[in-house]
Amino acid sequence: MAVVETRNLVKVFKQGELGAVNNVNLETREGEFLVLLGPSGSGKTTLLRMIAGLETPTSGEIRIGGEVVNDLTPRERGIAMVFQSYALYPHLSVYDNISFPLKAQKVPRPQHRQKVEWAAELLGIKHLLTRKPRQLSGGERQRVALARAIVREPRVFLLDEPLSNLDAKLRASAREELEQFHDRIKTTTIYVTHDQVEAMALGERIVVLHQGEVRQIGTPKEVYDQPADTFVATFLGSPPMNLLEFSDVIVGFRPEAFLPAPLVPGAAAVEFRYRVNYVEYLGAERVLYGSLEDAGFESKEIVSRLSWTMPSGYDAGTVHDFSVHEADLRFFDKKALKRAQPRPYPWR
Amino acid sequence: MALEDRRLGAAMFAPAAAYIALLIGGPFVLAVMYAFTDARIGTQGFHYVGLENFRSILQSPSFHAAVRNSIVFTVVAQIIIIVCSTVLSIALEKPFRGRKLVRFFILLPWVVPISLGAIGWKWILDSIYSVITWVLVWAHIYTPYSAPMWLGEPHLAMTSVILVHCWRLIPFSTVIMLAGLTAIPKDIPEAAAVDGAGFWRRMFWIDIPMMAPIIWVAVLFGTIFTFTDMTVVYILTAGGPFDSTQILPLLAFTTGIQGSDLAAGAATSLFLVPVLVLIAYFMLHAARRAEVT
Amino acid sequence: MAPPLVRKIAGRALHVGVVLVSVVLLAFPFYWMVVATFKQNIDLYNTDNNPFKFNLPPTLDHLKLLFFETRYVRWLGNTALVGVLVVAITLALALPAAYALARLTGRWGERMGIAIFLTYLVPPTLLFIPLSRIVALLGLQDTIWSLVLVYPSFTVPFSIWLLMAFFKSIPKELEDAAMVDGLSRFQAFVKLVVPISTSGILTVVIFTFTLVTQEFVYALTFISPESQQMVGVGIPIFLVRGDVYFWGSLMAACLITSIPIALLYNAFLDRFIAGFTVGAIK
Repeated sequence: MAVVETRNLVKVFKQGELGAVNNVNLETREGEFLVLLGPSGSGKTTLLRMIAGLETPTSGEIRIGGEVVNDLTPRERGIAMVFQSYALYPHLSVYDNISFPLKAQKVPRPQHRQKVEWAAELLGIKHLLTRKPRQLSGGERQRVALARAIVREPRVFLLDEPLSNLDAKLRASAREELEQFHDRIKTTTIYVTHDQVEAMALGERIVVLHQGEVRQIGTPKEVYDQPADTFVATFLGSPPMNLLEFSDVIVGFRPEAFLPAPLVPGAAAVEFRYRVNYVEYLGAERVLYGSLEDAGFESKEIVSRLSWTMPSGYDAGTVHDFSVHEADLRFFDKKALKRAQPRPYPWR
Repeated sequence: MALEDRRLGAAMFAPAAAYIALLIGGPFVLAVMYAFTDARIGTQGFHYVGLENFRSILQSPSFHAAVRNSIVFTVVAQIIIIVCSTVLSIALEKPFRGRKLVRFFILLPWVVPISLGAIGWKWILDSIYSVITWVLVWAHIYTPYSAPMWLGEPHLAMTSVILVHCWRLIPFSTVIMLAGLTAIPKDIPEAAAVDGAGFWRRMFWIDIPMMAPIIWVAVLFGTIFTFTDMTVVYILTAGGPFDSTQILPLLAFTTGIQGSDLAAGAATSLFLVPVLVLIAYFMLHAARRAEVT
Repeated sequence: MAPPLVRKIAGRALHVGVVLVSVVLLAFPFYWMVVATFKQNIDLYNTDNNPFKFNLPPTLDHLKLLFFETRYVRWLGNTALVGVLVVAITLALALPAAYALARLTGRWGERMGIAIFLTYLVPPTLLFIPLSRIVALLGLQDTIWSLVLVYPSFTVPFSIWLLMAFFKSIPKELEDAAMVDGLSRFQAFVKLVVPISTSGILTVVIFTFTLVTQEFVYALTFISPESQQMVGVGIPIFLVRGDVYFWGSLMAACLITSIPIALLYNAFLDRFIAGFTVGAIK
């Protein structure tokens, strides 16, 4: 188990073009489950691959357990990786897949069986040891990939979107299994995903990446509640945060904070006139798509989220008073798009 | 599936099917028939003679030589070809500057008409003017007139024939294996690297086993191309010296066309069939397995 | 274990070595053809001279002999004519057949495809004897028409294969849309599928043409007179006067004939490989 650190890490693929990874500094904690979150092209996979040793950085340092590993091959770094496609060796049985790293590291043969069985037991795939990858389901393959990764007892786990190849239903249960797995083995894990729900559910801390740069590092609560800039604010949360632009500031509030006025009592509530245009009924909640009728907003579109416990009657075509509590407003500097101090409401 | 579609399908397929049936199926049946008759070039009719042709063929020493050589040449050549093309395909896998040009040169032996490649080799292996001889003399390994006759001594002639076949087929096999190598998904070698496999372990435990179906295809095609080929031997040695390079197809040609004995020629060529059937079986087996995967 | 840098250099050296040796061994005969084509006879046939360089100035005599005193040009013409005709016949037979197998049939299609493939395993060296009789009976002996008749037997199967793979890669929805718009299936084939398959068709054309030029056994068997012969048979057989091989001209002929074929083939290489491996790699 070790701490992974990157210092001023840069990766440029084409001379003169913007780097895929731009000056990334991060440091995991021991045994932490750290998520690298970002849209495609944000550099998260490149970053992971550099940590693994599959890509060479253009500049910057990578340290694992305190030692600089830039010049070490993947094998020498003591890491294990699970690829998006699992990369199981198709011609080998599950047993041989899992024991392959042991063979490659010249672990004495007598120890193989015991270690493979331990890994298989941990992932609940002991009954599959004689099968070939093509005979396994997606979920089973994922578990084999994990077993293969863990059998060497690496000090760092690297996972590259391992759940994205599973269908939606399976993903939730696979996610749960991953959490339990991490709880049991407590190895430092770095997990790449573009799915912010996954990131929030799994991560102890989340590194939000955009265009190769770190936008924010924090716990799920921190990045959700106190986003560092408008990108983080709109990337996390679905539907994304509502943003109102003014001449020098952007004001944001989450859909679930934008509620019918009676539900936000008190002087600290900011009121708006809201016309509902369209309603999505989602069972446990309703999502309202509407626009602000107040002067000066030019029918700016705003989304609201009502839980099923809240009263009905907010149908398409109706107009109501909706409010946001002062404390739920987030302010962003217009030029830098970064988080700013609260200020008097520009429209008052 | 609409009936009309079915009929259209059959109609579109029919001309090719008919042609193939007439020009491959028909002659094949005829070949079998001739083998049991006394057909000759020039005479119109022919009569049934039972197993007479086969009897006389099986007694002929040329035939024994031909069978032996056909098998030996093919097997030895295939072994050399597979080893060399595996090595070469691995060497060509990663892109490097000039790779396209290298590929062009490496492919020349396969691409060029067999007869022209063979005649080129005939010149290189000529008993007097051979450039190989010249180099060996220059290196003082031989004196000017003591150099071996590459196509004139039985064992050397056999080696030469095998080598020309290898020369011709290594490019073909290499290119097929390259296709197999590049078909390996990129993250498998990466996973192997992460798992701790070095270059050689990865090659032998991962890449080559994953290439197995492709290697198999290359072997099967290569075997057909060598076993049924007449051109190389015809041009290089015409079967000599003393039948040391005699092979079945050539023997069939010499007896059947040059010797006008169609029946004996047909009978000889039928001995190719068992091997072809074997190959067909393996190919179908491989095709079926590929479907399962 | 040697330090990483040494290992890296050794690996590189091995890599370069393998590639170089292979290129030299495989391409050497062609270098040799070039040399022999332009070397004067006195130089060529002198075993004391270094064969790798020109000891006397190069000459065009061999080329002159080849073009003006032999039937080489005639052979080229014959081959070209046969090539064009065989290409036409092959396309006419293989295009509809491949489409039928790719689209219109279920399991049956797979089986037929394999059957077609199996015919490839029946070699000319088995069929040439009965075919020689058939050719004679049809009165085509000693004419190029015998080859025009017989050559498609080995160009058609492979072409069907190639085109089948190609058609399968065209999304079905295209023809479905056309049929919904009112075209019949056959019209969709002719007006839609064929025009967008030009690269597949081109591959078949090139491949068929190279197969025609490479063929030896049938041409040797069916055609005797020099003037009717193909270039693949004419060069090794007829560029010999008595027992004397005109090596200079022979090599010239080989070289000139090989280069265009090599260039064409090389340009379409990837498709050919796809044809051979279509079963084995998924």
